[in-house]
Amino acid sequence: MSILINKNTKVMTQGMTGKVGQFHTLHCKNYANGANCFVAGVTPGKAGQSYESIPIFNSVMEARVQTGATVSVIYVPPPYAAAAIDEAVEAGLELVICITEGIPVHDMLRTRYKMQGKKTLLIGPNCPGLITPDEIKIGIMPGHIHRKGRIGVVSRSGTLTYEAVWQLSELGFGQSSCVGIGGDPINGMKHLSVMKLFNDDPETDAVVMVGEIGGSDEEECAHWIKSNMQKPVVGFIAGITAPLGKRMGHAGAIISGGQGGAEDKLAVMEECGIHITRNPAEMGKMMKHVLKV
Amino acid sequence: MKIHEYQAKEILRQYGVPTPRGSVCFSVDEAIAVAQQLGGSVWVVKAQIHAGGRGQGGGVKVANSVQDVGMHAGKILGMQLVTHQTNADGQLVRRLLIEEGVQIAKEYYVGMVIDRSKQRVVLMASSEGGMEIEAVAAHSPDKIHKIWINPSSGLIDAEADTVARQIGIPNAALAQARACLQGLYRAFVEKDAMLAEINPLVLTADQNLLALDAKFNFDSNALFRHPEIVALRDLDEEDPAEVEASKFDLSYISLDGNIGCLVNGAGLAMATMDIIKLYGGMPANFLDVGGGASKEKVTEAFKLMLRNPNLRAILVNIFGGIMKCDVIAEGVVAAAREVHLKVPLVVRLEGTNVDLGKKILAESGLPIISAGDMADAAAKVVTAAKGA
Repeated sequence: MSILINKNTKVMTQGMTGKVGQFHTLHCKNYANGANCFVAGVTPGKAGQSYESIPIFNSVMEARVQTGATVSVIYVPPPYAAAAIDEAVEAGLELVICITEGIPVHDMLRTRYKMQGKKTLLIGPNCPGLITPDEIKIGIMPGHIHRKGRIGVVSRSGTLTYEAVWQLSELGFGQSSCVGIGGDPINGMKHLSVMKLFNDDPETDAVVMVGEIGGSDEEECAHWIKSNMQKPVVGFIAGITAPLGKRMGHAGAIISGGQGGAEDKLAVMEECGIHITRNPAEMGKMMKHVLKV
Repeated sequence: MKIHEYQAKEILRQYGVPTPRGSVCFSVDEAIAVAQQLGGSVWVVKAQIHAGGRGQGGGVKVANSVQDVGMHAGKILGMQLVTHQTNADGQLVRRLLIEEGVQIAKEYYVGMVIDRSKQRVVLMASSEGGMEIEAVAAHSPDKIHKIWINPSSGLIDAEADTVARQIGIPNAALAQARACLQGLYRAFVEKDAMLAEINPLVLTADQNLLALDAKFNFDSNALFRHPEIVALRDLDEEDPAEVEASKFDLSYISLDGNIGCLVNGAGLAMATMDIIKLYGGMPANFLDVGGGASKEKVTEAFKLMLRNPNLRAILVNIFGGIMKCDVIAEGVVAAAREVHLKVPLVVRLEGTNVDLGKKILAESGLPIISAGDMADAAAKVVTAAKGA
C-alpha cells in the first residue's frame, strides 16, 4: 500500500510536448513501473502523434476515454496552467499533479473555486510531485535517492524534500510515499489532507513533515495531529532566519500580517506532540531517535 | 511588486474610488506650481517612498500657504526618510505627492488580501482608520469586520452595505461606500493584486468618502498580463542587488550577516540560512539559483554575493536532482576563477553524479573546502568566516 498512487496508476501528461514535459515524462517512464503507468500525453492539435511511444491526444477527456488514465501531471506554462487544471477536473480525473511554477494567484483562486464539489484532488502547483518508491514516480524528483519503506514524507518544498528523503534513506529508512504539496499560497492538498492519508495507510509507520514560513497550514495540521494522529511525526520548518515581509523565493513563503513565522509554527507543532528539530541536517536522525531503532 | 501612493490612487480613481485632488512632483518648483493649480488654503506634502509609516518619520506635512508647500517640499525631497519599514539608513525621497487638504470627520480602514486557508479574497474593514491593521487586530480584534468574497459573484451590494454599516459609515454615505468597496474589489481582481489598502478612508466634513492614503502590492507572477503595472515599477525603491538578481532569474534577498549562501530551491535555501545561524553564524543573503543553474547563472550569483562588503565566506549547498552535481561543480569552479574569489568557499554537493562533482572540485586547484552534509558545511563555513 501507499497513498494516492501505486504501480497500477495510469497517468497522462498535460504539456508533454514541451521541453520540460518531455524531459520529465521520459525520466518517470524509466522509473520502476513507469513504462506501464505513463499511458498518454495531452497537447491540443497534436493528436495522433506520440512521444517515446506514448500516444498524444487533443484533450484530457479523449486521453481518459482512450487509455483509462485517471491521473494527470501538468507541465503547461504558467499563463495556461490553471486552465489545464480546470480541464482535468472537468474530465473527472481522480488526481491532478501540477508541477508548473509561477501561476498567478488569482487564477488559482478561480480554479480552486471551480473545484468545489468535484471529486478531483489537486497536488501543487509549484511542487516536485509525488513518488511511491520502486513503484511509480510522478514529477521531477530524483528517483534514485528514494528507498522503498514505511516512512511518509510531506513537504512544501522541492530540494528540501529531497534532503529529507536522502537523510532517511542514508539511515536505512525507506519511504512509503513522498508528497510535495508545493510552495504557492493557493494550492490543492495541504499538509493536513496528506497527513490523514498517511494516518490511514497501514504501510506507513511514521511521517516527516517539512514546512516553511507563510500561512497557517502547518498549524492546522498540527492541531489535527494532536487529537487524531496515531503515528509519530517529525517536523521541520524552514525560514527561522527569514525577515518580515520578504518573499523567500516561493510565492507562499512570506511572513506577513503578523502570521506565518517559523518560531510560531514550531511552537504550535511542539505543543501538539510533533517531534520538531530546528536543524535541517537532523530530520533523519530525529526520526531514528523517535522510532528508537 | 509595490507601487507608490500616487500611483495607487490613480488606479483607484480608474475604478471609481474618489481621492483628494493632487499630483506627483519631483522638485520644489513643481510642488509650488501644483499647489497653485490646486488652489484652496491647505495642502498636504507627502513623501513618496514604498515603505509605510511615512508620517511618523516626518515625511508628511500640512501646509497653510504656498510658501509653506515650498518649504516642506524642500525639506522632504532628498531626505533619508526613516520609518519602521525602512532600514536604519532610511530611504531617499525623490518624489512628492502634493494634495489638497481635506476636512476630516472620521477615519476608517479598508483592505483586501488573499486568505490562504479559505482560498478567497477577504475584505477587512474597521472603524479604527489610520492605524495599522495589525495593531487593531492585536488590541481590539472585534473591531475588524471581514467578508470572504465569492469569486463568482464578486462583492455584492448587500455585503458591501453590511460592512459599511458595521464600521459606522453613516447612511448618507452608504452609496458612496458601496462604490468604494466594489471599486476596490474590481481593481484588486482585475489588476492581480495581492494586497490593497485604503487607510484611511475618510468621511469629510461635508459627508463625502475619500481615499486619503492607498497601497497596492501586485502578484509578480501575473505581471506578464499587466504591462501597465510593470510601467509603474520604481527601481530606485528596490534593493539594487535584488534588481540585478531578477535580471538573471535568480531569487535574491539581502540580509544582515556575513556568510553568503548559494542554494538550489527556496526551501533548502531557507534551511541553509537557518543552519548557518544554528551553528553561530549569520547569513548575508537568501539566494535560490532555481532548477536549471547554468555556469553563467552561478557566476552571476557569485558576483551578486561579492557586492556585499560584509561578506566573509560563501556556502554553496546544492542538492542535485535533475541538476547534476558535476555540472554544478564545473559552474562553481568556473565562477570562482572568473571572480578571483578571495573569501573562503565551502561547497556541499549531494545527489545525482555527486562523486564526479566532488572530484571536479578537488582537482580544480582552488582552495575549496568540501563538506559532507549540511551540518558539516555549516560548521565549516562559520569557522571560515570567523577566521577571515
